[in-house]
Amino acid sequence: MNIVKVLDAKGLACPMPIVKTKKAINELVSGEVLEIHTTDKGAKNDLTAWAKSGGHELLKFEEENGILKFWIQKG
Amino acid sequence: MTEQKKTTIVLFSGDYDKAMAAYIIANGAAAYDHEVTIFHTFWGLNALRKEENVPVKKGFMEKMFGKMMPRGADKMGLSKMNFAGFGPKMIKDIMKKHNAMPLPQLIELAQEQEVKLVACTMTMDLLGLKQEELLENIDYAGVAAYLADAEEGNVNLFI
Repeated sequence: MNIVKVLDAKGLACPMPIVKTKKAINELVSGEVLEIHTTDKGAKNDLTAWAKSGGHELLKFEEENGILKFWIQKG
Repeated sequence: MTEQKKTTIVLFSGDYDKAMAAYIIANGAAAYDHEVTIFHTFWGLNALRKEENVPVKKGFMEKMFGKMMPRGADKMGLSKMNFAGFGPKMIKDIMKKHNAMPLPQLIELAQEQEVKLVACTMTMDLLGLKQEELLENIDYAGVAAYLADAEEGNVNLFI
């Protein structure tokens, strides 16, 4: 996986995780991967839907100690 | 990429909580790459008022309206459990604890994300609000301009 950036969105509430993810992915080129850490429980559904709608791919999702981690590849 | 989608929101309410919901959806839609318009009418116009008093020439009724309505987003009351102004204080405290963004910052963020903020000129006249009293970088329009956006809208909300 070509992870070029890690976004720390821990502690942020809706809509910030999605807004920050959007900003971060704008700086990537197609094929690069963004890793996102968040603690907002809604983010699982939010980021999954967002990635799909924007033509990006959610490669991996993990949850440990209440921290949700996402790896999204820019489409 | 496919053609850009559109979200339009009519913000009629002057309640802090309802305006917050409108602005959260607007910011989310902007992150979804939608072209977003919030059309402020009636009490929703108060969300766009500057906090400071702007001296403008007004008639008696217009002055009264100006005094009775909240001057800016931060001064707006809650739709439920307002408790004569104590409710908003409580909710803002709770919001801070949960790291939720207060309404004035949500409005700033929306402007940063190029959400189009529109003030309805007809209701501005009714409530006696002048352009000088509202935030910078706002569009002024009427129902036709709103409909032009809404007829192509994928998401249209009235709050």
